Amino acid sequence: MERLLRILGSWALSMIRRMGHMFTFLMNSFYFVFVPPFKFNLLLRQMRFFGNKSMAIILLTGSFTGMVLALQLYYTLRKFGSDALLGPAIALSLIRELGPVLSALMVTGRAGSALTAEIGIMRISEQIDALTAMALNPMRYLIVPNIVAAIMVFPLLAAIFDVIGIYGGYAIAVKLLGMSEGTYFSQMEVFVDMEDIMQGIYKSVSFGVIVSWVCCYKGFYTGYGAEGVSKATTEAVVMSSVLILIWDYFIGSVLL
Amino acid sequence: MIEVIDLEKSFDSQKVLDGVNLTIFDKELMAIIGKSGGGKSVFLKHLIGLLKPDKGSVLVDGVDITRLGTKELDRIREKLGVVFQGGALFDSLTVYENVAFPLKEKTKVSKKEIQDRVMQALEDVGLWGMEKKYPAEISGGMKKRVALARALITEPQIVFFDEPTTGLDPIILNSIHRLIVDTHNKYGFTGVIISHDIPEIFDVADRIAMLHNGVIVEVGTPDEIKNSFNPIVRQFIIGMEVPSFKP
Repeated sequence: MERLLRILGSWALSMIRRMGHMFTFLMNSFYFVFVPPFKFNLLLRQMRFFGNKSMAIILLTGSFTGMVLALQLYYTLRKFGSDALLGPAIALSLIRELGPVLSALMVTGRAGSALTAEIGIMRISEQIDALTAMALNPMRYLIVPNIVAAIMVFPLLAAIFDVIGIYGGYAIAVKLLGMSEGTYFSQMEVFVDMEDIMQGIYKSVSFGVIVSWVCCYKGFYTGYGAEGVSKATTEAVVMSSVLILIWDYFIGSVLL
Repeated sequence: MIEVIDLEKSFDSQKVLDGVNLTIFDKELMAIIGKSGGGKSVFLKHLIGLLKPDKGSVLVDGVDITRLGTKELDRIREKLGVVFQGGALFDSLTVYENVAFPLKEKTKVSKKEIQDRVMQALEDVGLWGMEKKYPAEISGGMKKRVALARALITEPQIVFFDEPTTGLDPIILNSIHRLIVDTHNKYGFTGVIISHDIPEIFDVADRIAMLHNGVIVEVGTPDEIKNSFNPIVRQFIIGMEVPSFKP
């Protein structure tokens, strides 16, 4: 029993230590966000990395999510005689919940993993040490541009996901299931408020921080060799995805 | 001058440096030799301030860098140049951009001057015409030359070379050694070379120190090291396995 408690205690202490280390890393990054010199070129490059390169996957998943929602919700709402509410149901689901969450998960898989691998390879090939040895702060060059880029790009990607999803739903509801175009869009105008849109934006911004923070941290403190980078990449994707879902619940319950 | 006093470092339970004492004089080329995995690179990282020791001091021009904060340490690092083992070139930058990087980021010199200095540095290391290539497109020997050009571009007072010839064929190995000596003569920096190139290093270094089991077991000129009676030094020089006893 004592041994079990000791193992549990040691595990808990190690978890607290690791969380503290991660949190210090994030606070350090935020500090350099506000301290010049600012690296605008690197910021633009990372915005392209997160945004432009994730566009295809966002368009694809967004459209299919909207289509699936339309199909499922249509049959459910029809049972209650509320099929006229299909448009707002799709829009609200996407804007408040599915757009921010699914787009963040997609970007984690596409860009987050690549980011961890890139920073991890820079670590094991001593490129990060080279920056430090040149008296240049690696946080400013590698971490800050990614965190700021993610904060700016995640809401935009979620917005694109929402719009494409709504049009995916439109294709199924109007073109396939024969719903009137006017009903689909006009009801949406009635039910979707600015507050719903803001909730989606708040979520996306926080997901941007989570994904860039976790992926940068895991790459920055990667283990040795190719195996270390591979392990860091897997951990970054899993941890980011889990944190997105957990944080989504908490922020959702606060904002509701 | 660099003075290392009683430097100790352990990773978990493994003691890598066990009280290293060494003095490196201004403008000399000091080689640190020793078997692979013997703590040479760890020792070098302490000299650059990339690792903090468990105990002991590293004095660079009289300043103990182990006690400095990041800002003060960065001021010391501005005097240093480092050639890392694999070159540590930035993959996303061309050869030109890699060499220009410290100048662009750390100084306020004009674009024209950067261009002139980078092209001169590339010519010094025999890489004229390679400036538009990316690190992935050049050979291992060329990468080391680019790393050397990058380390020298800010005209540092001290240059560290972490196994600059590892993985190179004998011809390239000798050309890199020649390059280190030539640039040392031209720029007059203090050089610290981590190496296990025996006997080539005897023609390069002014003095040689042997690191074994976390301590410096012998320091001297190449002739003194060649004629040393220390069994560990002798065995290392003739290429036999060194038993792990302490001197």
